[in-house]
Amino acid sequence: MYPQQYRYTKEHEWVSREGDVGTIGITFHAQKELGDIVYVDLPRPGTIVEKGKSLGSVESVKAVSDIYAPVSGEVTEANPLLANTPEKLNEDPHGAAWLVKIRLSSPDELKDLLSAEDYQKYAGAE
Amino acid sequence: MSEPGTLRLTPLNAAHRQLGAKMVDFGGWDMPVQYSGIIEEHNAVRRAVGLFDVSHMGEIEVRGRDALALVNFVSTNDAARLRTGQAHYSALLYEHGGFVDDILVHKVADDHFFICVNAANQEKDFEHIRAHNGAGADLEFASEGYAQLAVQGPKALPTLQKLTPADLNAIRYYHFTDGQVCGVPARIARTGYTGEDGFEIYIDPAQACRLWNELLTAGEEFGIKPCGLGARNTLRLEAKMALYGHEITASTTPFEADLAWIVKMEKGEFVGREALARQKGQGVSRKLAGFEMRGRGIGRDGYEVLIGGAPAGWVTSGGPSPTLGRNIGLCYLPREAAEPGRPIQIVIRDQAVDAITVPTPFYKRA
Repeated sequence: MYPQQYRYTKEHEWVSREGDVGTIGITFHAQKELGDIVYVDLPRPGTIVEKGKSLGSVESVKAVSDIYAPVSGEVTEANPLLANTPEKLNEDPHGAAWLVKIRLSSPDELKDLLSAEDYQKYAGAE
Repeated sequence: MSEPGTLRLTPLNAAHRQLGAKMVDFGGWDMPVQYSGIIEEHNAVRRAVGLFDVSHMGEIEVRGRDALALVNFVSTNDAARLRTGQAHYSALLYEHGGFVDDILVHKVADDHFFICVNAANQEKDFEHIRAHNGAGADLEFASEGYAQLAVQGPKALPTLQKLTPADLNAIRYYHFTDGQVCGVPARIARTGYTGEDGFEIYIDPAQACRLWNELLTAGEEFGIKPCGLGARNTLRLEAKMALYGHEITASTTPFEADLAWIVKMEKGEFVGREALARQKGQGVSRKLAGFEMRGRGIGRDGYEVLIGGAPAGWVTSGGPSPTLGRNIGLCYLPREAAEPGRPIQIVIRDQAVDAITVPTPFYKRA
């Protein structure tokens, strides 16, 4: 369910690192809890985001939820797929429906995040 | 919020969980917000048929020689105009003209009225009515005696007709009949909170599970779906039906909420009448208006509304409209601005996003 190579937060985001770039998304558990996703608000490239601070929002039919940056850095890309087809976030949250890519300013921050196994336990218990 | 374990349950709680519903605390009740997904459930009601457990709603019975006098004194609509077997939408008001609740009044007999009220308000409503029962009508808090299921959508009639000998075609909109469903006594009302044709069925709570399952089976050929509070909300918003705590509160009046049609000033004295007469004389200062988002984003409950950059009002309900494919909402605006075609902005996460006022209801069935 949860890719081994990703790192996770208790706020239900994931990060996948390749070199100094981290790809960020929300987890399967998060999209399931939200239900039908109808709108995704993402930062523009060039935006500086700080770990733990809101970087955007995901809206379901019922409610709006903040997305918190799991790591700090500069946004290099926002997923264009989500502008017109936000429902992809329900279908493929760990793959095609990633949210943003960030040039990591402090890659060490990844060490604080949860492993897939720990996250699964956490999300399952929640 | 209630502590876990103290939430009130409907007789269908286990059935919802078995169907995999996502449950939420709704005004102290453990209720299904969705089963398969809000949009899918919403579309099932618009296109075919959906089934809702609304057993959390409250029921109050008013009987006796003075039943009509009491109902007419505590509510805004004119219950004297109801014929036996007819129902209407009405409101309980405070002296200052704000809402205690919005209600459905059913005339069962000349000396018997059956009132359906909001779940979270039922004790408050009962106390309010009792406090004004000077005439001494026989008043009963009857919620324990009823479960309520709503079958809604263009295929609601053929679904329910399989389970009842009552001629459903003969029941007109906002009328009801006391008959049988699945062989047990039921009050069958052609009412609803979705903007579609449909029925609300009041039955003995002990029969709720059986009726729920029978309805799901009867509606199978039409693609019936169990529907949660999420779809109930998107459906009622498209139909511009008010929700207590949002469009109507203790600090809003029926005139402000665009509900003048449920106020019959000429019927005589009633609680709140004086305040309403005053407001009618002066004219309301604010009014409910519909809007559609033009910019990206969704205006949600409580968001501020700007006109020309200046604070002008607030959103009472907002969200995506699955039927229209647009983001819609209701908001309070200064009276002179509450007309269709007015550009407004909604403050969404500190950003002013363009929207425009539009005619309501957003959706009307053909």
